[in-house]
Amino acid sequence: MIREFLKGIIKENPTFVLALGLCPTLAVSVSVINGIGMGIAATFVLLGSNMIIALIKNGIPDKIRIPCYIVVIATFVTITELTMKAYSPALNRALGIYVPLIVVNCIVLGRAEAFASKSSVMSSFFDGLGMGVGFTLALILISGIREVLGAGKIMGQTLVKGFDPAFVIGMPSGALLVIGLLLGFFNILKSRKRA
Amino acid sequence: MNAQQLLTIFISAVFIYNVILSRFLGLCSFIAISKQTKPALAMSLAVMFVTTMSSIITWLIYRFLLIPFGLTYLRTISFILVIATFVQFVEMVIRKISPPMYRFFGIYLPLITVNCAVLGVAVLNSDMFFVNNQPVAASFIYSAFQGVCVGLGYTLAMLLMSGIRERLELCNVPRAVKEFPLAFIIASIMSLGFMGFNGFRF
Amino acid sequence: MPNKLTVSVSPHIHKDESVSLIMWTVVVSLIPAGVAGMVIFGRSALWVVLLGIITALATEALIQLVSRRKVTILDGSAFLTGLLLAYNLPPNVPFWLPIVGSFFAIAIGKQVFGGLGQNIFNPALVGRVFLMASWPRYMTTFAKPLDLDAVTSATPLMLLKEGKWAGTLSYLDLFLGKRGGCIGEVCILALLMGAAFLFYKKYISWHIPATYIMTAAACVYVFGPGGLFTGDWLFHVLSGGLILGAFFMATDYVTSPLTYKGQIIFGAGCGLLTAIIRLWGGYPEGVSYAILMMNGATPIIDRFTRNRIYGSGRQEAAT
Repeated sequence: MIREFLKGIIKENPTFVLALGLCPTLAVSVSVINGIGMGIAATFVLLGSNMIIALIKNGIPDKIRIPCYIVVIATFVTITELTMKAYSPALNRALGIYVPLIVVNCIVLGRAEAFASKSSVMSSFFDGLGMGVGFTLALILISGIREVLGAGKIMGQTLVKGFDPAFVIGMPSGALLVIGLLLGFFNILKSRKRA
Repeated sequence: MNAQQLLTIFISAVFIYNVILSRFLGLCSFIAISKQTKPALAMSLAVMFVTTMSSIITWLIYRFLLIPFGLTYLRTISFILVIATFVQFVEMVIRKISPPMYRFFGIYLPLITVNCAVLGVAVLNSDMFFVNNQPVAASFIYSAFQGVCVGLGYTLAMLLMSGIRERLELCNVPRAVKEFPLAFIIASIMSLGFMGFNGFRF
Repeated sequence: MPNKLTVSVSPHIHKDESVSLIMWTVVVSLIPAGVAGMVIFGRSALWVVLLGIITALATEALIQLVSRRKVTILDGSAFLTGLLLAYNLPPNVPFWLPIVGSFFAIAIGKQVFGGLGQNIFNPALVGRVFLMASWPRYMTTFAKPLDLDAVTSATPLMLLKEGKWAGTLSYLDLFLGKRGGCIGEVCILALLMGAAFLFYKKYISWHIPATYIMTAAACVYVFGPGGLFTGDWLFHVLSGGLILGAFFMATDYVTSPLTYKGQIIFGAGCGLLTAIIRLWGGYPEGVSYAILMMNGATPIIDRFTRNRIYGSGRQEAAT
């Protein structure tokens, strides 16, 4: 159980290792708060859909399993969407279209297909939790870098006075750059470990 | 209907807010399939077809089903179901009329369903061209057109990227950035270039 | 009989000396423009250029040392990149700006791709656009020409964009460089001298610069702000970074198409994009963005303008 949870954080980190769910990662990682918000939303959806799918996996005919998964996932996404609209409209506005887009987040569908459809409810729960936490941590890392370098702030607080941040880091170009460099950096770490 | 608005939609979707380089929709397929030009072009055309048709269908559903019955909160579920069904339909048609093409696409055809660009443009249309649950003037035309333009923007990015990556295949790139990291850095520079269109006013 | 005539797309294997010779010759041809910039803008221009060049050399040496590759900073290409980047900056930027820009240009614009000959985008432009997006305020504050009192003024293109251009500078003023702008772009006379030298040495051909300038001029003339066929094309040609870009940046071998047909397409594309951004975009100047975008299109242009391989019979061309 613990192993299922831990693998989602490092060994099979959805963002840096599996390269899934990149669309929202890049888009919302402008500030750490947004990153955490998206991470929590996605984790909730992951947990819910993983568990339900693990529960009903035997009752779904194989031919239509993907649409069925999508319906389950979409339901949880809608719950998340409405909850966010009601209780934190500012976050909802900040995350924009990327909240409904959680439904096509490759991580959620990917875990449903690759794991929850073949495992017990309990291990699916821990897998979903691990993946969600891994995703959130990746988001925090990326948005931390981008917020500090791109806006000179962290969690909305200005860090060092008189520091001229490089605005481009907060822009789409900067997002692509940061993730490219991070992936390259992790590649170097990986090859060092192997040597 | 306003020619200027149409031009703005075109410039926005293809250049300023390019669906891949700026909105990050369709990134997974972009990084995965842009290694060679032929598959990249084929995928782009398929995506453009799906974005256009699903823009139309989802608009109709939003306008004539969800709004009148007060079901706009079912937007996400209904849109994605429409898209999934439509892609399944396209898959069946391609399989019937051209089995080699069906084999050529392989797994990537069903993956268009989860291509963020498709659902993304449908959601964008309903956000941009409906105010207070009322469609704005020429909303249908703008939505369909935006579907086409998003497809074009996707195609442009794919075409440029595949050319670049094919060329780099012949080069000796540093091992650390081979494949994905370099693809992202290239996309980053492309995105920088496209920023030249910011603030466009016709 | 083995195929002795192959016309192929780069990357090619270069002989070290010939690449160096070309690079340093281009550097030499750019000296007049830099000297003019320093005369017009004063000592700060000199500092920007020096910092740009030194950082470029240091970055390349550092990266090559760390990745255990041959250190090639004497081949002139890093020097040229640093120089060109500095020429694209306002003379009064903070000292760290050319350092950061030059570092980015070499590290991300060139070395990440594997070094000389493998970069897709012009490194100096990558650096410049990076700086432009990161610190727009510094990149759009220009010192007054021939005025050592650190007063700032807008460039002619900036005034034009805001509709405040009152024709206070004559074409001769623009030609000689008596205007606000980036260090290496203002003195058209000096730039043309350098370009003439490169033409004489046959290191650049007319295809790209001519197509670029003519396309841009034609577009501006036809779609000029006052109505059709009223654009002041001469003003546009002499303003901004068009001459510097057309002769020295768009013509870079590595990042422009191989065939003449491709080069004409490339030049036309650059001209069109530059004109579009200048006329209707939010920025007053579009040369850097235009060239960068066309750099990205170069591989595709090459792919579709490939020369036929002579003597290969009915072989299917490689895809």
